[in-house]
Amino acid sequence: MATRTLRGQAAVAGIGETTCYKHGQSPDAEFKLALMAILNAAKDAGIDPKDIDGFASYSNDRNDPSRIAAALGTKELRFSNMQWGGGGGGGAAAVGNAAAAVATGMADCVVVFRSLAQGQFARFGQGPQVPTISGDMAMQAPYGLMSPAQRYAMKCMRFMHDHDVRHDALRAISLASYHHAQSNPRAVMYGRPLDEAAYDASRWIVEPWRLYDCCMENDGAAALIVVPAERAKDMPHKPSYLLGAAAGSDHRCGAPSHNHPNYASANFASVAPNLYRMAGVKPSEVDVLQSYENFTGGVLMSIVEHGFCQPEEANDFLVKDNLLAPGGKLPLNTSGGNLAECYMHGLELQIEAIRQIRGTATSQVKDVDVSMVIAGPMVTPVSNCIFGSEATL
Amino acid sequence: MTRYLPEGLAIPVPESDGLSQPYWDGVAAERLMVQRCQNCQTWVWGPEWICHSCHSFDLAWTEVAPKARIYSWERVWHPVHPALKGHGPYIIVLVELPGADNIRMIGNLLGDPKQDVPIGGSVEAVFEHHKSANPPHTLVQWRLA
Repeated sequence: MATRTLRGQAAVAGIGETTCYKHGQSPDAEFKLALMAILNAAKDAGIDPKDIDGFASYSNDRNDPSRIAAALGTKELRFSNMQWGGGGGGGAAAVGNAAAAVATGMADCVVVFRSLAQGQFARFGQGPQVPTISGDMAMQAPYGLMSPAQRYAMKCMRFMHDHDVRHDALRAISLASYHHAQSNPRAVMYGRPLDEAAYDASRWIVEPWRLYDCCMENDGAAALIVVPAERAKDMPHKPSYLLGAAAGSDHRCGAPSHNHPNYASANFASVAPNLYRMAGVKPSEVDVLQSYENFTGGVLMSIVEHGFCQPEEANDFLVKDNLLAPGGKLPLNTSGGNLAECYMHGLELQIEAIRQIRGTATSQVKDVDVSMVIAGPMVTPVSNCIFGSEATL
Repeated sequence: MTRYLPEGLAIPVPESDGLSQPYWDGVAAERLMVQRCQNCQTWVWGPEWICHSCHSFDLAWTEVAPKARIYSWERVWHPVHPALKGHGPYIIVLVELPGADNIRMIGNLLGDPKQDVPIGGSVEAVFEHHKSANPPHTLVQWRLA
């Protein structure tokens, strides 16, 4: 039996985004944003949007594929996929699901999309305002544990305690994102640089995280067109082949009341090896990394769990110069990421990974062949993926 | 007793299927009740219908000593609920219970909200009753022992 793998079977042929707005400030409805991003991605790929026959998203995106297909007048709908749970942790999984569909003949042209207009709907960073609460949240919300930052800070606190990681490591991750955003006119934080002193002076959100350790919340939409690898060769842009994708979490990660056995982690203990195995890639071969910053502590643990450094090396490895394009050891979040470009629930990180392969990033790393994305650390399921240039096939 | 956090946060109630009802009944009587598998003796927390080790459905609510160790913690500064606006920082702890194979529970650490929090430090439960709330309920808080 042939090896079961996605390696080299599908490629991203088109990328599209809308303008990114501060949360609640989009002039357009969330559904319209989704349509605009999809049209932009189709145009980039040089395809007729009516030829899109599949949709993949995550985090319970509210924009139903059947409605989108009807609105766009697509010829037929063959794949309608939602990655369960995990918030931004589903971003790479959605790409993997789309690739699986085109690789197996379930569909020929799948768009991965995510759209958010938080003025129209509730914000992520607020607690639920309900009179009563039950289930696992009944063991948390009455103690003031409600928001994503509050849900994950204790994982990072324990990790930093176990491995003597200093706050400087978190700061370096934040500074790298802000540094790259200064070269990116699309970035919400373009023209708003951040230095050590401003970071250190920023208020605590929840210890161990300050304001600049936490992602923005934005309105906007993003989309990627995934097609079979053979077809991508004849399309306008240099193809970005999917070398591997993985999703999930390790043993009992979702155990209630923070009872995940491997608690002090970003939840990639099993998912990272699965990715590297499929992609046939080693950490040392990754040219550039987009690592989802819900909070910098998630990036810290993601980088360790993906083998870029040992936990005990984190203080030395996570310094700003190591994380900058073009010449750092591990250029990180080269568009500005969730902290400083746009919080499009991490799908903008997938798009940046494609730009790095194409050579069109605003903070371009030289000769990128292997471009990696880590989605939504600390949630479950998490996911990740690796794109490669034709040279990697 | 006084309450650690202001009034107005969501009040915990058992699910419609009643899974956690014995826990809430227990803490109202100042008894910390968790589940234990009657087939393989695995401790189970939070409440669940099945033993994750042997798949027995025979889980018995079992009293455990209200003593724990701090496994991790966080100090919240930014309020994300109207009831917490202007309240100031507060401490959430994740504690592990040595008497029940180190299952973990979430609560607040009583005392100065700006105190140093020792990971590994011993704590004991304090039952925080809200008898006049609707519905009445009891939270389990922790203080350094």
